[in-house]
Amino acid sequence: MLVTVRLFARLRELAGAAELQQELPEGSTALGAWRALAARYPGMSEYEPAISCAVNAEYSRLSAALHDGDEVAFLPPVSGG
Amino acid sequence: MTTIPFRVTPDALDPAAVTSAVSGPDCGAITSFVGLVRNRNAGRRVLWIDYEAYDALAEKTFARIADEAAARWPTVRLAIHHRVGRLAIGDASVAIAAASPHRIDAFAACRYAIERVKQIAPVWKHEHFEGGEVWIEGATADPDDEAAREAAYERACS
Repeated sequence: MLVTVRLFARLRELAGAAELQQELPEGSTALGAWRALAARYPGMSEYEPAISCAVNAEYSRLSAALHDGDEVAFLPPVSGG
Repeated sequence: MTTIPFRVTPDALDPAAVTSAVSGPDCGAITSFVGLVRNRNAGRRVLWIDYEAYDALAEKTFARIADEAAARWPTVRLAIHHRVGRLAIGDASVAIAAASPHRIDAFAACRYAIERVKQIAPVWKHEHFEGGEVWIEGATADPDDEAAREAAYERACS
């Protein structure tokens, strides 16, 4: 299946893109998408303990199952306000 | 005048618009909070800040914060606007208004809202200072973290 990955802030810089497509095996979770991404881009894996994720613009657990066409976003620690 | 309660925008914030989004005949008090870009941070001279957000999720998160506040203070209405893009020193980055029949709940809910924005809103500061730049990374956003929610509530009521 193919998912759209959205990245923000430092993660966006590490990947050099705000949005990209990721091919994943059927039954993959958000964590699976993250690990595929972290394998592609050096420096990303160190964020794993600190990231949040959202699926289709809703906060989600990394254990959430993904489906073809989903938009999964990975968020570094936030600093709004 | 806009009355959109939850908003991410590249435009300058208008505190009057945020206030008007919550005002009504039942309200005896409106409190507001405006966060500004300041010229020093962690010993650095700040030049400007680029704000980035996941707009769709941020606006839903603001609505979620308002729902949480309504569960604590049933008569309170909240509005939260956050700006994105390049902000200069003194520019308003966030504007919050809380309306209630009574001032005590309005003050508490307003404080609760800014604490929760800092904990869970998908917004990031890229600080540019004299001699460099840095992404500010605060809390790992987890809206379901009960301890964080309680901490925000305690600050709101202290």
